[in-house]
Amino acid sequence: MSGRSTWTTFWRTVCGRAYPRVIGAQRERSWVFFEILLPLLQVTAYVFIYRAIQAPPEFLGFVVLGGAMSAYWLNVLWSMASQLYWEKETGNLELYIVAPTSRMAILLGMALGGMFQTTLRAVAIITIGSLLFRVPMTVTNVPVLLGVFLTTLVALYGLGMMLSSLFLLFGREAWHFSNLLQEPVSLVSGFYFPVRALGQVIAAAASALPITLGLDAMRQLLFPSMMENLRFLSADVELGILAGSAVLFLVLAHRALAHFEKLARREGRLTVRGQ
Amino acid sequence: MSSELAIRTEDLRRVFRTRKREAKKQKREVVALDGIAFEVPRGELFGVLGPNGAGKTTTIKILATLLTPTSGHAWVAGIDVATDPKAVRHHIGMVSGGETSGYGLLTVEENLWMFSQFYGMETRAARARIRELLAVVGLSDRAKTKIYHLSTGMRQKMNFVRGFLTEPEILFLDEPTLGLDVQTARTLRGFVSNWLREHPDRTILLTTHAMHEADELCERVAIIDRGRILACGAPSNLKRDLKHEDVVRLRIGGLEDVRPIVATVPSVSRFSQTAHDDCVEVDVILANDAVLTGLLAAVEAGGGTLLSLEKRAPTLEDVFLDVVGHGFEEPNGGGAS
Repeated sequence: MSGRSTWTTFWRTVCGRAYPRVIGAQRERSWVFFEILLPLLQVTAYVFIYRAIQAPPEFLGFVVLGGAMSAYWLNVLWSMASQLYWEKETGNLELYIVAPTSRMAILLGMALGGMFQTTLRAVAIITIGSLLFRVPMTVTNVPVLLGVFLTTLVALYGLGMMLSSLFLLFGREAWHFSNLLQEPVSLVSGFYFPVRALGQVIAAAASALPITLGLDAMRQLLFPSMMENLRFLSADVELGILAGSAVLFLVLAHRALAHFEKLARREGRLTVRGQ
Repeated sequence: MSSELAIRTEDLRRVFRTRKREAKKQKREVVALDGIAFEVPRGELFGVLGPNGAGKTTTIKILATLLTPTSGHAWVAGIDVATDPKAVRHHIGMVSGGETSGYGLLTVEENLWMFSQFYGMETRAARARIRELLAVVGLSDRAKTKIYHLSTGMRQKMNFVRGFLTEPEILFLDEPTLGLDVQTARTLRGFVSNWLREHPDRTILLTTHAMHEADELCERVAIIDRGRILACGAPSNLKRDLKHEDVVRLRIGGLEDVRPIVATVPSVSRFSQTAHDDCVEVDVILANDAVLTGLLAAVEAGGGTLLSLEKRAPTLEDVFLDVVGHGFEEPNGGGAS
């Protein structure tokens, strides 16, 4: 295959694999209830706690933003990391492997489709939450905010692609592992409070997860006065680390995919179902 | 490897080892393939015939680059599947029986388009080809149906379309009519035959345990059992080789299991038994006609009643019985050898 046609196949694969997620979001309307209204209940609970202790109104903004970003974390965990396990169970994985295309293109398609799907949810949570709880937001620098947001997504989905490669070897453990990660990450990443509250050591360790720094940087850009004394690192530094993480996770995902595919072929795990 | 060969294997062996914790700290080995060697020239429809667990699917998985061999070699389109799987994938396609691939929220047409993109097909060309193939398998009216609404047969027709969409040089069909009704299976067999007629340079490797399917479709078959090829050749040749022996089907009433009786009769070279509600049916390969009298006497002495006796031309099933020593339904051996 020539370089041009390899590239063409790569992008067609990305579009092909993103399609079910983009279309799925339109066809399965139950997500409005499960993925907007239910997360809003959790956001509401924190809002009432902050109101009860008479926290400044910016804290409601921390919660709403955390609620929206948690949708991305859940998407990465359940629809990226453990996705290849589900694809194996449904018989799609072997067709992906047999196809003369890049596995990275398939993961990228899943990631882009997932981002689209989740962005609809995140926007809905932010809009409804902000209107409902009258969150005072001051966007100081839109391009930087957008840059932080997109870099966070690239790093986060890069992490998801890497985990997905690792999970290629997993059977049912993939499900347990995702369960195991879900709640602790929402705690240490500071979905509902500034991560600095956990102390410098835990915040530094949690920074390995892109969503931790992404949230902190976005809060700084949306609530500058309140975050002045609550920030973990400066937004510029956090953006730099996020950009580095994005590159690192994508490179690791690429290497892990090649390695674990080879291992899975050797151990016969690519097609064994019901493990 | 000669470029005339689409597939070649050489002493192909695959051993599965259970993980320690699965086997409670004792590793167990299962030999799925034990030195398989065969060649398939371009343009041939080659069948791999054997019971469940014989090693058919393992063979296909290795050739389709989903599994690496433990030892030995396999080449597809002249390329070593173990050392260069990526290159092999440009030449192959695969359809498996009972496949549940695709996404339920997408329509038949959308699922097929999605898979076509993994092969880099241009959208307009892919859509035209999808329409054409859906018409051939009689699924045009379901093009806009979401696939979770499809029956098993319709879904397998869709899988066939997916497999043939990209017109692969070499196509692996792994028990493609498994679980389908007679009419759907016949439609798909007709589709395969026509496709090969229209594309005489393409090669198909078909695994099946449906004897009539192999007999109808394949130019040559390899009979495989417990990871070894026991016979290989054109179905007609394999059957002809059996003609010096007599193939007899007996229906016997009054007994639930005649195997212990038949096993005592000398010169019964092979037999298999199928139990029915009112009788047992026994297919027997006899070294000569004279053995039949002794066999019938033994059945009568054992309390059985002969309901019917049919002497017939050998089928592939008889060939299997002859080379393996037991029928498909008796994996642990039911026949004398």
